Amino acid sequence: MTANRLAESLLALSQQEELADLPKDYLLSESEDEGDNDGERKHQKLLEAISSLDGKNRRKLAERSEASLKVSEFNVSSEGSGEKLVLADLLEPVKTSSSLATVKKQLSRVKSKKTVELPLNKEEIERIHREVAFNKTAQVLSKWDPVVLKNRQAEQLVFPLEKEEPAIAPIEHVLSGWKARTPLEQEIFNLLHKNKQPVTDPLLTPVEKASLRAMSLEEAKMRRAELQRARALQSYYEAKARREKKIKSKKYHKVVKKGKAKKALKEFEQLRKVNPAAALEELEKIEKARMMERMSLKHQNSGKWAKSKAIMAKYDLEARQAMQEQLSKNKELTQKLQVASESEEEEGGTEDVEELLVPDVVNEVQMNADGPNPWMLRSCTSDTKEAATQEDPEQLPELEAHGVSESEGEERPVAEEEILLREFEERRSLRKRSELSQDAEPAGSQETKDSGSQEVLSELRVLSQKLKENHQSRKQKASSEGTIPQVQREEPAPEEEEPLLLQRPERVQTLEELEELGKEECFQNKELPRPVLEGQQSERTPNNRPDAPKEKKKKEQMIDLQNLLTTQSPSVKSLAVPTIEELEDEEERNHRQMIKEAFAGDDVIRDFLKEKREAVEASKPKDVDLTLPGWGEWGGVGLKPSAKKRRRCPVVLLSRFLIKAPEGPPRKDKNLPNVIINEKRNIHAAAHQVRVLPYPFTHHWQFERTIQTPIGSTWNTQRAFQKLTTPKVVTKPGHIINPIKAEDVGYRSSSRSDLSVIQRNPKRITTRHKKQLKKCSVD
Amino acid sequence: MQWPPPWRRSPLVSATPPPGPTRGLLCPRRVSEAGDSSTEGARTGHRHYVTPAESAMEGRSQPLPSLRPASPTNAPAHGRGSDCTAKEPPLANVCRQNYGAAQDPVEPAGRRSASHVTGSSLGKAEVACGRRWRWAELLADTSWSPAGRATEMKVKMLSRNPDNYVRETKLDLQRVPRNYDPALHPFEVPREYIRALNATKLERVFAKPFLASLDGHRDGVNCLAKHPEKLATVLSGACDGEVRIWNLTQRNCIRTIQAHEGFVRGICTRFCGTSFFTVGDDKTVKQWKMDGPGYGDEEEPLHTILGKTVYTGIDHHWKEAVFATCGQQVDIWDEQRTNPICSMTWGFDSISSVKFNPIETFLLGSCASDRNIVLYDMRQATPLKKVILDMRTNTICWNPMEAFIFTAANEDYNLYTFDMRALDTPVMVHMDHVSAVLDVDYSPTGKEFVSASFDKSIRIFPVDKSRSREVYHTKRMQHVICVKWTSDSKYIMCGSDEMNIRLWKANASEKLGVLTSREKAAKDYNQKLKEKFQHYPHIKRIARHRHLPKSIYSQIQEQRIMKEARRRKEVNRIKHSKPGSVPLVSEKKKHVVAVVK
Repeated sequence: MTANRLAESLLALSQQEELADLPKDYLLSESEDEGDNDGERKHQKLLEAISSLDGKNRRKLAERSEASLKVSEFNVSSEGSGEKLVLADLLEPVKTSSSLATVKKQLSRVKSKKTVELPLNKEEIERIHREVAFNKTAQVLSKWDPVVLKNRQAEQLVFPLEKEEPAIAPIEHVLSGWKARTPLEQEIFNLLHKNKQPVTDPLLTPVEKASLRAMSLEEAKMRRAELQRARALQSYYEAKARREKKIKSKKYHKVVKKGKAKKALKEFEQLRKVNPAAALEELEKIEKARMMERMSLKHQNSGKWAKSKAIMAKYDLEARQAMQEQLSKNKELTQKLQVASESEEEEGGTEDVEELLVPDVVNEVQMNADGPNPWMLRSCTSDTKEAATQEDPEQLPELEAHGVSESEGEERPVAEEEILLREFEERRSLRKRSELSQDAEPAGSQETKDSGSQEVLSELRVLSQKLKENHQSRKQKASSEGTIPQVQREEPAPEEEEPLLLQRPERVQTLEELEELGKEECFQNKELPRPVLEGQQSERTPNNRPDAPKEKKKKEQMIDLQNLLTTQSPSVKSLAVPTIEELEDEEERNHRQMIKEAFAGDDVIRDFLKEKREAVEASKPKDVDLTLPGWGEWGGVGLKPSAKKRRRCPVVLLSRFLIKAPEGPPRKDKNLPNVIINEKRNIHAAAHQVRVLPYPFTHHWQFERTIQTPIGSTWNTQRAFQKLTTPKVVTKPGHIINPIKAEDVGYRSSSRSDLSVIQRNPKRITTRHKKQLKKCSVD
Repeated sequence: MQWPPPWRRSPLVSATPPPGPTRGLLCPRRVSEAGDSSTEGARTGHRHYVTPAESAMEGRSQPLPSLRPASPTNAPAHGRGSDCTAKEPPLANVCRQNYGAAQDPVEPAGRRSASHVTGSSLGKAEVACGRRWRWAELLADTSWSPAGRATEMKVKMLSRNPDNYVRETKLDLQRVPRNYDPALHPFEVPREYIRALNATKLERVFAKPFLASLDGHRDGVNCLAKHPEKLATVLSGACDGEVRIWNLTQRNCIRTIQAHEGFVRGICTRFCGTSFFTVGDDKTVKQWKMDGPGYGDEEEPLHTILGKTVYTGIDHHWKEAVFATCGQQVDIWDEQRTNPICSMTWGFDSISSVKFNPIETFLLGSCASDRNIVLYDMRQATPLKKVILDMRTNTICWNPMEAFIFTAANEDYNLYTFDMRALDTPVMVHMDHVSAVLDVDYSPTGKEFVSASFDKSIRIFPVDKSRSREVYHTKRMQHVICVKWTSDSKYIMCGSDEMNIRLWKANASEKLGVLTSREKAAKDYNQKLKEKFQHYPHIKRIARHRHLPKSIYSQIQEQRIMKEARRRKEVNRIKHSKPGSVPLVSEKKKHVVAVVK
């Protein structure tokens, strides 16, 4: 194709050159005077001719190359400049003359307009029409959605739907259409109008209306009484507040504050049990309060009181103590509440002794244990921990103290205060040496003398720790309870232990502790005093090696071997036992142990065996006891034959009254330990039972409930019976049911009829449609 | 083996419970092999379901009536012998009468079970005695203390207050004393089950739907039309061009018109009921007056429109003087003009039926031979959408209560209910016919529709169910061509090939005529019972059982086999191909070929 074309164009070219019968304008435009130039131009023209031939065969516009008087406006071309003619070029000379401004404007407007696009073909237009029309119709139809839904879900539908209008028109309507004609009537109406009697619609005089609107007497009275009561109550309250405010006794206020604090604490405790989420919120509030307190710098020694005390402190011991307390308070406030997830390193300088004692491995491992599956990792943590504890066999006496506290926590002693106090005493004496090196590090002192609210705060802080570090809750409480009275009496020295006490158990956490968690929760209320067993304490000391195997033994007892082994059927034993038999591989056993512990609560195997035993018992044929009460003694309903009578029955008689049931056939599941086969299935009953849950019901109890509710009049009152048996669709015999209309359901039907619409403009397309059309075509 | 042997069984145990449904119907299976674990579950206490036997036991577990007062275990201690009776609680309640629901609200619940002792109601008195120790319990804390018994004892005599049993006027209802204590009416579920069973059986016994056959046509009945104002008037057009108007109450033909040459293809009445239109094979549309001509006058149509092509169907607008015909295209006509005011077409095949939407009256639906259903908007004079199905749709019908729902009767034995806004998936596929469905009509309540089929039967489908609830057939009824549901939603008419129009009850076992209030109550109760227990296998079987002609029956079997084979093949194909390469197409989507915008 292209080759052909090329050939053709070339041919044309040669013709153009050689033949004289070229088009006239070519001839006209040619100027043959110059030689070389002429040749060049010819060549140029030739090229142009070729290019024009190659493309669309457009007529070449004439080129004006010399000045002439006659300039045709149709022959204006921009050929000389080698560009297209642009509108701006035409406008350039116009710029100067202002008289042609309108023309200019018009031209610029023309410039801004685009060329009109080709119309779409008919099919596409039709398709767009259809789409637009369909969308419109769907929109119209969607107004029926709520009606349809309502009708589908309706309890009862009464057809025909149209409501019959009441035959009797209301009196107002009748009156409005009626006019007084006779003189008598006119007179009467005049009278009525004079007295402002309403003739038409409301049928109430203005006075009546006003009275209706007004409050009734009883109502007014009630309202007044209510107001009076409220006022009286307010005055009482105010008086009381004033009275209380006037009390100057500091002690009183202290007591009040303390009481409040206690109450708040109790409430918080309650809340924690009932609604942990709310308790957390409360905690947050407390934290905020602490922050506020901290920002207020109340407990810095910059206050007036503090300054005075600072002066006094040199000489007065008490003042020094007070100062110290305030300082400690300040420290406590400025210290941030510890978060459970944070590792212990963040807990500040108080811990440095401990950090020395316990290697980092422990912490790391514990962090890991919080990860994906604690059960799988637990074994190694416990191992490392044991190793760690083994690493530092003879240690500072603190460790022992920790050990004590640990074991305390472990064995869940609800420590009596005396015991605790004694322990503290001992520990203090042991600690004295190390304490010397440490400067007085204030930590959670429970008591401050100056403000009760502070006390609550700190108390609640402790509580918050409890809540967050769930596992150590019980211990902490015991210790805090223990410390409170002591602290009151003594120097801040024992206070130091408390954070240790609080934080230590986290590291020494074991599985038992976790298990005990649940128990601890329930024991919290009871506060059973239980002495700390010294032997157990010693068991936990680091150089006491054999504690690990002991523990294991304890763990193994979780699923009772004995119970399993004592089941009657031998086959059961053979199949069930391997699961709990000792495995030679140590690690695997450990692993199993873990899993067993995890599911320690639900002993499935035993449950199943028990269930099976019960099923077997139930299916055994029962002996028939024909002994009757009443022969020789009192009889009646609910009486059993006396034991004496039964006992006295000789063997012969027994055989007469008590018919022994024969042994039934052997059970099918006798040799199947893991299966219970019910042999009591009643085929006759099964024919009357539903096997699959029917469609609209989502749960079997729903279905059962509907079945169990009787609907008959035997069980229900007449009214209930009628209500329960209302049919879903009610039709009246002999009444034509017309299709639903817009007016029936409260919609407005279209005012214009379909016919008028179609006659007015059969192929009408609104402007909106046009717009839509455009949009569609663009798409 | 039965144990204990029947002769040894005490009456307590041997009483067989009435066969009935029990509560433990759906208990999950615990057993791996065979067996239902309902009884076992009850024993273990995990799930407490009761089998009939157990429920029977339960019912009897209350103390047996005996005339001698039993010594209650937790009643105040008393010695043996004669003083026992003296310390009994007074028989106050025995003398009380209790009528119906009018009960003293202050009374403790136990007292309500009291009944009066008369000669006839000794049995009740016994029950009362048996339950007395419970009252003692209830009353112990109030008036009944051992110390004050002697002083506070009230003896109530029989009271014969006429207020309690005499009617005020003769027109009053008789007072019937009723006691609703559930203890007195045990076994409610089994009893209602039995009632439901009986109701279902009776329904089948009384199911006689066929009412009348209107004969007179001399060729197959091709089309039917209802009169919009008169229930009793029906119009029918036959294949020989004859139109007849029938009176249903008298069951006779009141007028006969030879309307067309060749088939009467379509017939429709004007919305006001004064005239009707017919189209025939002779390319004409004719308008006729509903009333016959005067004596001696000839039967003449009001208007006749001569068309260029054959018209195959006609339908009238529901409110205005406009009607639509179909053939080569859908034409909308003004009654006053001889040319259509608008004609719409989409595609080239002949259109077999056109229907106006009864609610949004400017909408039309049509179905054509090229397997499609086209919707039109008359106001905008344009088709809206087209859905192409597997096979040809014979006719459609709009739901008179739901503006956007219509049902299409298809050649592939199925009916498809569409929401016209979402044509790509039918709302429901109704399948039960075993041959092409020729006609469909909605009940005026919009809850059900009836379909006529080439398989010589008509079926009634609930709109939201895929299976029919009823099938009607007679030995003589041939291919049913047209069907209509009367406007009071009580009857169904069908016109068939063998020249008859048959009248059926829409509800096969319904009693015709006026019902007394008691009959109505019983009917409603039975209906509710049937509904309540419809899922029980026994009842379901009876309710679903229908006698079918052998041809239909064997066809159903055959088609079931075919369907199963197809399903199996599909399953196999999915199983043996790369996962995901063979898509699983739902039954609803399977039959829709395309939706054309």
